Amino acid sequence: MDLQILLLLGQDGITNGAIYALLALALVLVFAVTRVIFIPQGEFVAYGALTLAALQAGKVPGTIWLLVALGATIAVLDGFRLLREKRYAKLPPLLIFNVGLPLLAAAGLFALPAGDLPLWLQVTITMLVVVPLGPMIYRLAFQPLASAPVLVLLIVSVAVHVAMIGLGLLFFGAEGSRTPPFTEISFELAGAPLQGQTVLVVVASAALIIGLYFFFERTIYGKALRATAMNRTGARLMGIPPALAGKLCLTLAAAIGVFSGILIAPITTIYYDSGFLIGLKGFVGAIIGGLASYPVAALGAILVGLLESFSSFYASAFKEVIVFTLIIPVLLWRSLTSRHVEEEEE
Amino acid sequence: MSKHPHLHDHEVILEVKNLRVAYGKVEALHDVDLTIRRGEIVTVIGPNGAGKTTLLASLMGLLPATGEIVYMGHAQGREREVETLVRQGMTLVPEKRELFAEMSVEDNLLLGAFDRYRSGHRDQMETMDEVFELFPRLEERRAQLAGTLSGGERQMLAMGRALMAKPKLLMLDEPSLGLAPLIIKEIFRIIAELKQTGVAILLVEQNARAALQIADYGYVLETGEVSLSGPSAELAADPRVIEAYLGLGHKTR
Repeated sequence: MDLQILLLLGQDGITNGAIYALLALALVLVFAVTRVIFIPQGEFVAYGALTLAALQAGKVPGTIWLLVALGATIAVLDGFRLLREKRYAKLPPLLIFNVGLPLLAAAGLFALPAGDLPLWLQVTITMLVVVPLGPMIYRLAFQPLASAPVLVLLIVSVAVHVAMIGLGLLFFGAEGSRTPPFTEISFELAGAPLQGQTVLVVVASAALIIGLYFFFERTIYGKALRATAMNRTGARLMGIPPALAGKLCLTLAAAIGVFSGILIAPITTIYYDSGFLIGLKGFVGAIIGGLASYPVAALGAILVGLLESFSSFYASAFKEVIVFTLIIPVLLWRSLTSRHVEEEEE
Repeated sequence: MSKHPHLHDHEVILEVKNLRVAYGKVEALHDVDLTIRRGEIVTVIGPNGAGKTTLLASLMGLLPATGEIVYMGHAQGREREVETLVRQGMTLVPEKRELFAEMSVEDNLLLGAFDRYRSGHRDQMETMDEVFELFPRLEERRAQLAGTLSGGERQMLAMGRALMAKPKLLMLDEPSLGLAPLIIKEIFRIIAELKQTGVAILLVEQNARAALQIADYGYVLETGEVSLSGPSAELAADPRVIEAYLGLGHKTR
């Protein structure tokens, strides 16, 4: 192997690793705050990439119908409860956020020539359409089970994942899509080409991680999420409702997923079911961090990315096998070094 | 039952009648009656397992209860949620303190004001200064992680954090638990001082002597029922209380 190949593979590995790191952070966050192992994390990657691709092809992305449908379901469920409890003042915001805005977005998508809009606007629209699915899914699937054991939450999580894959096939079809790169710039680094898109992915991921750090360290809502992860009862006594923390947390997770999807859409072809594998690699990173440590999870994810790219060069048929086999020594090491903690009773 | 009751001295903050709480079929509290007025310290004393913590948890909405609960002039429905009660000015300092161990003292305090921040009050820094005035020790430790504090400092932080919400009813569960006598004295001095701010305090204690000294009114809770109640001076002089809870120097429990 010469330096050129090493650099190319390293570059590739770090790019993918940066995406896995983002997903690993989202998984750790969701697990810490809600105790949900968020399997559908990868679906947000695929939904983000494919929604952007659909917009660029001038089509109305199917995800908008999911947004409208979930919003309407929530409006009906919560609306009845509010009517029964005679809390009429909360009805207008409920209807505006869950019915009005999704319908407005749908109307906007039909009226606007989405394919001709500038890229940043298409990205914004993608975020606006897909990210709200996160808190909506929390409201419908997880909030009613907030105090259920981790295993029940995991089963629901798998169900959400399967449903989202099926809907993905319905919305986007079986063909994959690839969006044009955000930038055509290319550099040369020690004889190996360095794509502008690669640099963009790494820089954007790093910026997002720094942004998340400030959110958790400097804002009261970020601190409230950390507090919920640390001590659920304590957080409730401070008036931090678990439902608010859950919705906020899934909003972040969905945003991270969609953002990752938008970033990698120009690098790899994304299919309706590609998200699962990408999410799973983020999950390997998160496991290396014990679903608890953010920095270790991020580093682990970058390791996964590098391992993947080097093994695809040396033994491409075993690429996935090698990556997922990594989890076995990690789990062994974890179970030998950490003492077993019984699941906390609520 | 006006919507914004004017606050007088001695206005009833919390009135509880026939409160019952059950864990499955086992009833932990039966027919407990209790009244707390503004600016008053009411104490509930009793042995281990009498239902004192259960009483506070049910008042705070952490456990379902039946019976009549009137808070700030509003009859409470059966669906009592912790978050709603916090918004209405009720706070609980639980027996286990429930601090955010991996956060600094300052962040713990800040989160005490989370609900006020969320409902549009941005005075958390002034409130924190007031808390620091009450607990100068916390100001010295403001950057330290809560998990590294001593037992007394943790109790101070738990109380300070509760005060950040500017409560109308402050409920303290065994604030003296596991603390050295000198620290207990300090904590109780501060509780007595808090009374001047007009907050109503419901103090649950096993340390009956210290509790009755600062309280205005007391209840004795035994096996889930109120066995005795009265002004604390009278309770402290009651032979039954002396016998069971105060002892005569050598008979302390």
